[in-house]
Amino acid sequence: MSSVTLDHVSKRFGNAKGVEDVHIHIESGEFFTFLGPSGCGKTTTLRMIAGFYYPTRGRICFGSRDVTSLPPHKRNTGMVFQNYALFPHMTVFENIAFGLQVRNIPKAEVKERVERMMKLVRLEGYGERRIDQLSGGQQQRVALARALVIEPQILLLDEPLSNLDAKLREETRYEIKRLQMELGITTIYVTHDQAEAMSMSDRVMVMQGGEVQQVGTPYEIYHRPVNRFVASFIGETNLWEGIVAGIDGSEVRVRVAPDLVLTGYTHNASPQVRLAPGEKVALSIRPETVQESAGADGENVVAGTVVLAEFTGACVNYVTSVGPHQLRSMSISQGRPLKQRGETISLHIPKASIYFAG
Amino acid sequence: MKAELQPAATPSKRMSFTASPSFVYVLVSPLFLILLAYVIYPLFETFVASVSVDGQLTWKNYARFFSLEHTANLEALWTSVYISVLSVITCGIVGVTMAFLLERYEFPGRKILSVLALVPMALPPLIGVLSFTFLYGESGIFPRLFKELFGLEQVPFALKGIPGVVVVHTFTMYTYFFMTASAAIKGLDPSLEEAAASLGANRFTVWRRVILPMLTPAMVASSLLVFMISMASYTAPLIFGIDRTMTMQIYLSRTNGDLDMAAAQSTVLSVVSIAFLLLMRWYQGARSYQNLSKGISVHRTEVKSKAGRYVCMVLAFIGIVILMLPILVLVLISFSVDGTWTVQILPPQYTLDHYIDLFTDSKTWRPIANSLELSAIATVGIVLFGVAAAYAMVRLRFRGKTLLDVLIMLPWALPGTVVAVNLIAAFSEPTVFSFGQVLIGTFWIIPLAYFVRHLPLVFRSTSATLMQMDPSVEEAARNLGASWWYSFRRVVFPMAFGGILAGTLLAFVQCIGEFVASILIFTPRTMPLSVAIFQRMYTFEFGTACAYGVLQITVIIIVLFISRKLAGDKAGTAV
Repeated sequence: MSSVTLDHVSKRFGNAKGVEDVHIHIESGEFFTFLGPSGCGKTTTLRMIAGFYYPTRGRICFGSRDVTSLPPHKRNTGMVFQNYALFPHMTVFENIAFGLQVRNIPKAEVKERVERMMKLVRLEGYGERRIDQLSGGQQQRVALARALVIEPQILLLDEPLSNLDAKLREETRYEIKRLQMELGITTIYVTHDQAEAMSMSDRVMVMQGGEVQQVGTPYEIYHRPVNRFVASFIGETNLWEGIVAGIDGSEVRVRVAPDLVLTGYTHNASPQVRLAPGEKVALSIRPETVQESAGADGENVVAGTVVLAEFTGACVNYVTSVGPHQLRSMSISQGRPLKQRGETISLHIPKASIYFAG
Repeated sequence: MKAELQPAATPSKRMSFTASPSFVYVLVSPLFLILLAYVIYPLFETFVASVSVDGQLTWKNYARFFSLEHTANLEALWTSVYISVLSVITCGIVGVTMAFLLERYEFPGRKILSVLALVPMALPPLIGVLSFTFLYGESGIFPRLFKELFGLEQVPFALKGIPGVVVVHTFTMYTYFFMTASAAIKGLDPSLEEAAASLGANRFTVWRRVILPMLTPAMVASSLLVFMISMASYTAPLIFGIDRTMTMQIYLSRTNGDLDMAAAQSTVLSVVSIAFLLLMRWYQGARSYQNLSKGISVHRTEVKSKAGRYVCMVLAFIGIVILMLPILVLVLISFSVDGTWTVQILPPQYTLDHYIDLFTDSKTWRPIANSLELSAIATVGIVLFGVAAAYAMVRLRFRGKTLLDVLIMLPWALPGTVVAVNLIAAFSEPTVFSFGQVLIGTFWIIPLAYFVRHLPLVFRSTSATLMQMDPSVEEAARNLGASWWYSFRRVVFPMAFGGILAGTLLAFVQCIGEFVASILIFTPRTMPLSVAIFQRMYTFEFGTACAYGVLQITVIIIVLFISRKLAGDKAGTAV
């Protein structure tokens, strides 16, 4: 196991920007995720760690060893590719054994280690199968076994679940997490799916346009996003604009519409935000914190017309038009009658759930 | 960030060298060197020969070529173009029609017809022309048959002259249209037609606005291809006695000892061919409709009416007969006793001797052994070059990629006659590229000619397989600790093996059938099979000539069958 340090790493492709100044330290044994929309530079960063690209600037270190210009086959990383990249002309056993054979490990030991690994990923008895005789999920597990059997210092996963269907994806998610915890291996995971990132990671790095937006625990990036991009990319949120009307101690009043003022807490703000009367701010309100209110009056109670009502079984989702804004809300279905489109509704936005994003 | 980070382990000299961006040029320079030595340099030497007469620089030959007083050359150029245009039209009509019938309709005999439709590919050019003269020529089987049947004075029809050349071209080259059109039709997603229909287009509009535009790129590419091959065609004009084509003019100039004129004619023909190659490349780059749909299911309209089925059956039967006749006639004549077939419809006497002689008479066996040896040597070169070049083109990044691609395809565009003339110009005296040896008149000139002519075959099949191969598979091997060479050996090569082998077999077969260049450069000791066939024909030993031909066709069919199987099985990777 090894920690990974990216020391002000940049990568340019000709004149096109790839990745700009990534500066992170990943702890030994950590499950670390690069999250972002496609083209954000997350895969480029991963490929630099694997050695398929060399950085234009900056250094990459495994532990205290500088590997910046080390070719990929000398890095001892295990990588799982998005399309698995299994060798189609080899059997399952041969695929998994490949990395061991490269290392000239004695035959008996290869056999023993491959079989142990096949057991770990629940593929016992599949050794002689050809790759095209496996289902997508099984192929995925072969790819994982192949990467893990060489006992890599670092496990690299490039969108490993994106080719699986929804149900299998969830199962495999637990499987990967289980293996990672069992083996305690430093893992870097690339995905554009925020649910995967949130559920599996110790820490997440959110990227966009080749730049790091925020690094933090799933809790931090969800509840304390540093900017609008992170706020809207992670989970669903209502992003409203408003102007600070006044500050009373720890409370701040913001005018979001001519006749609507909401109150929040000053400490619930991204470091990038300046809270002063007259300043323009963006409010991020998570839909699940907005609840139907019994009365139409009170602090932070807004009234509006239902534009869309969705019943999903476990939840009731409303989109309500409130003045110039639309407010999404989501509540656990508790057998209350569903409001219909066009009905009026009163919703309460708790003070603590208003977050001032940059 | 971390002050205690150790400095990079000093990389070894070798590593820093291989990691440097210029290392790739060390890898690709041998490829360029080979092309320079055996393609560009001979081309250039031919040009030099055409402009220097008795040691003086002169444009005299070109002036003569384009002179309006002695129009032989211009006529030849015109006839070549004329024949080529006609060939494109007839091949296009036959090929596309067959592709549509076979891909879109289900009728009795469809399956066997769609297999046999590729038979002309198995005919080396010389064999194809010979069988046509046996069948439909002035003293051919059919004209004589009709003459007897109707008690005519003269044969009612006979294949000769320009129509003869065009018919032979159509038969041997319609497959280019047929194959590209079939592939294009197979790739046409029926739901596109359905979508157009649901948007209100009638059948005619669907054809005009959807199907034809989608087939256009394939048709244009095949047209250019057929045009190029027709321009290069040598055998058909030779046998049908059309002297005024470019290739024949080159041949005649050479046999008349007018070497600098031959060089000038070669140069003109090269320019035309290269222009067409570039045009084709440009067009393919400019237009290609990748079908966006996944998983296309072919739907065939079944011919249901009884009358329709009979008509189809009869037509299919006629088609099968026409396709099979050239081979059947060769087989028939290969059993005939030499010199007995004179004015009869069919050869009167039969014997097995020719086949026995093939393998027992050392004089008869010699050309077979020659061809096998020459082709094997050439094929080794083609494979080594083709695989290396394909890997470089698909996987490496370097400047001059387009140039390399054009240079590799160049020999394929050059007519065989031109290749031979070029090699003669370049290697009739010692050069650096021939290690200070004179190659003309030696054993090595023929393998070299085969190598140059069929250079692109392995390159093409291998690069097609490599392109299908996901690059991340190779990356996975590297990630697991395999060095470049190890991953090439264990992963890239086995995965590309089907493509490499298919190309190799095809190259071998083409070498075995090569006639056009061989006829200009063979020596009595290295006489290859096709030249032997030609000479036997000249001395009216039809039986032996046809037995050679049948042997050639058998080898070719076996090899084509194997390579199709391989290409079919290996084409799709598992993932």
